[in-house]
Amino acid sequence: MSPSRRRFVQGMAMGGMAASLGLTSRSLWANVEQQQKIPTLTGTEFDLAIGEQVVNFTGTPRIATTVNASLPAPILRWKEGDTVTLRVKNNLPETSSIHWHGIILPSSQDGVPNISDGFSGIAPGTTHTYQFKLVQSGTYWYHSHSGFQEQTGLYGPIIVDPLEPEPFTYDRDYVVMLSDWTDEDPTVVYAKLKKLSHYYNFNERTHKDLMKDLKEKGLARTWSERKMWMQMRMSQRDLADVTGYTYTYLMNGQTPADGWTGLFRKGEKIRLRFINGSAMSFFDVRIPGLKMTVVAADGQYVQPVSVDEFRIGVAETYDVIVEPDEAAYSIFAQSIDRSGYARGTLTPDPAMTAEVPAMDPVPDLTHMDMGMDMSGMGHSMHDMGGMNMKGMDHGKMQMGGMDMKGMDHGQHQMGGMNMKGMDHGKMQMGGMDMNGMDHGQHQMADMKRKPVHPSDFSSGKVIHAPTEYGPHVDMRAQAPQYRLDDPGVGLRNNGRRVLTYADLKNLRGTNDPREPDREIQLHLTGNMERYMWSVNGVKFANAEPLRWKMGERLRITFVNDTMMNHPMHLHGMWSDLETGDNDFIPRKHTVIVQPGSRISYRVTVDAEGGWAYHCHLLYHMLGMFREVQVS
Amino acid sequence: MKKIKMMMLALAVNGSAVAGGMNDDPFLFMLKVDKLELSDAADGTAMVWDAQAWAGKDLNKLWLKSEGEKLSGEGTEEGNLEILYSRAVAPFWDLQAGWRHDFRPDPDRDWFAFGVKGLAPYLFEVDATAYIGESGRMAAALSVEYEYMFTQKLILSPELEMNLYSKDDEETGVGSGLSDLALGLRLRYEIVREFAPYIGVNWWNKFGKTADYAEAEGGDSSDVEFVAGFRLWF
Repeated sequence: MSPSRRRFVQGMAMGGMAASLGLTSRSLWANVEQQQKIPTLTGTEFDLAIGEQVVNFTGTPRIATTVNASLPAPILRWKEGDTVTLRVKNNLPETSSIHWHGIILPSSQDGVPNISDGFSGIAPGTTHTYQFKLVQSGTYWYHSHSGFQEQTGLYGPIIVDPLEPEPFTYDRDYVVMLSDWTDEDPTVVYAKLKKLSHYYNFNERTHKDLMKDLKEKGLARTWSERKMWMQMRMSQRDLADVTGYTYTYLMNGQTPADGWTGLFRKGEKIRLRFINGSAMSFFDVRIPGLKMTVVAADGQYVQPVSVDEFRIGVAETYDVIVEPDEAAYSIFAQSIDRSGYARGTLTPDPAMTAEVPAMDPVPDLTHMDMGMDMSGMGHSMHDMGGMNMKGMDHGKMQMGGMDMKGMDHGQHQMGGMNMKGMDHGKMQMGGMDMNGMDHGQHQMADMKRKPVHPSDFSSGKVIHAPTEYGPHVDMRAQAPQYRLDDPGVGLRNNGRRVLTYADLKNLRGTNDPREPDREIQLHLTGNMERYMWSVNGVKFANAEPLRWKMGERLRITFVNDTMMNHPMHLHGMWSDLETGDNDFIPRKHTVIVQPGSRISYRVTVDAEGGWAYHCHLLYHMLGMFREVQVS
Repeated sequence: MKKIKMMMLALAVNGSAVAGGMNDDPFLFMLKVDKLELSDAADGTAMVWDAQAWAGKDLNKLWLKSEGEKLSGEGTEEGNLEILYSRAVAPFWDLQAGWRHDFRPDPDRDWFAFGVKGLAPYLFEVDATAYIGESGRMAAALSVEYEYMFTQKLILSPELEMNLYSKDDEETGVGSGLSDLALGLRLRYEIVREFAPYIGVNWWNKFGKTADYAEAEGGDSSDVEFVAGFRLWF
């Protein structure tokens, strides 16, 4: 790696000053806390000023878009039940806006220009006052909904403290906001993607990979595995459109060279509020040596689940609790394409640091990510990535005599199966009749869970609309499956316990137990080569608003007809994600739709007015966007 | 139907403003010099160019193409310019139609051009065009290119180019049928995506009357040339 490249990935080291001043440990502690803190604003009245600010993450000064001269923008700490008033002054030479991501509020306060009722953005030099009552608690964030201002720095954390005591305890509370910074002008980034869509992808498979495959798999299998990708003119390494080639990944605004530092005292339990405030980057987050107990997803309590790692899509939030020993730990957030990482350190002593792990190998997308029917399981175990069948590999499991006929018909329904039990070889499967798999892939999981309604996963037939055919759409998933239990490309069978959507269960039960009145199928479509993105093959500029009726209970089923993950965000109303147990449906505001998969959630349509509904990847959302009108 | 189209148009105009001032389909411009190289031709060093430029949006573009050859110390030996309207008709294919002007050799020739350009299965870049010229002359040109990545930046690119003509044209030195075929192999190093120097080898052969015309003028009908140049775009 050349020095200049390293600088982008690592960023510039700007800390280290404190140590050289020969400070004592106590003052060093204070210094670290002071230096690395995102300012926090509390109360019910806030004055925020959007402006331009010189920053330097790579050695080259650049102008960022900031709130109160802070990047990330200040933490807004609110209290459930309060009515907050936010006076936002726009000091930019262009229109701006702030959207309160995940906050339930009236359309007029949602901050999306020309979609939110009566809001057309904040004109240069003017002040806009937002006012709304907080009817929820948890970890959220806010960001600009104008132009590419989110890419240039306009994002910050929101914490809403609950009225009721929380269902868990902790001694220390940190926000961990992940983001991606580029020195390039975002309009240039977008133009480059249009001209050469793989411009930023330096992880393509090359000669070396081909030789390796030929050696390990032989000519015939190498050919058969690669054939379809070449026929379809797609890359198995199309994991991220914009990468560490231009991005410096930040943790609480700190470059990897500096790293963010979270201090703790011996014996403390720490709550980490992870927020992905990136424009384009998914992160895989872990803290080597520590189990993380996930207690909330997208601000809402979930039944605690202990994991080693989780994937956080753009705009998602996860709250985890960790219980460190008296040692230093790395908080490691590698980008989905392994082109870089953000990092931080949890340590009881600023002088104690932890080893930063190496990034995982760059994964390949599989036929499953293409939404292919994988008839003929013989193909390769990769294709079954969603299945956690390590137990089988190690021969710990007795599977003799198993009737696996059912698998022929729907073997990738198994992607949705929770087979963790198998990992530990605790389960005797001999003689088990698996015909049942045809009927519902969660039968296995149900051994540990409550029964689910079969209808939950037999969502309507996949229909590709006529508008999905044409030069603007390069792929349609042939057999998109529910893959709730699939941790996703790059995390399958990695030896760590990785959070999946199937793990997410509402702590307090389903909020609205009504069955959906109707189902809407939305296909996520695009042409990677031409860099065009749309929903049902129709881009936002050409689309009619979706019209929903106040009071109805909808089921939205997304079908991903692309090779990329899309984090879909519905404004104003919760996305009640069907993760396997109807009685404990978790509420989210942003839902990852994995490549070539489908996923369903329910929406209680209880918020009148205009709402934005879009992919939260900044360079996708220009086309992959819908306006929702509720009346 | 018309009404719906009008509504769609109205929405398209308003729509771009709705997305918070973002236009998903901006008007863009691209210049791409695929080849700018020196080659050790039999009768001296030749400079060869092959460049394209386009301006437009996702699905509709104005496309310019030019290629040619100039011997050092002499005028341009061969050169043409195409001006095409390019319309995306399939996920990986554009239909291109317009006009080609061969300004060298003398006398110049004009053609209507109609072709396809795109990415074929197995990732072959294809440009195939049919031409209709004066006095019922017809021609066809095909170029197929592939990229093999040794590393992320070191790329080997084999290429095939051929031209066919319907009639002998003694003045410009082309005979009917397959007139010429070239096979190239270029190894480039992308210092950045936009700039890549390369070295390569180019074999070409003229056939039939085209070969005869060339030989009659004291030229070669076949050659292997080493080339060095660079690729550039922005």
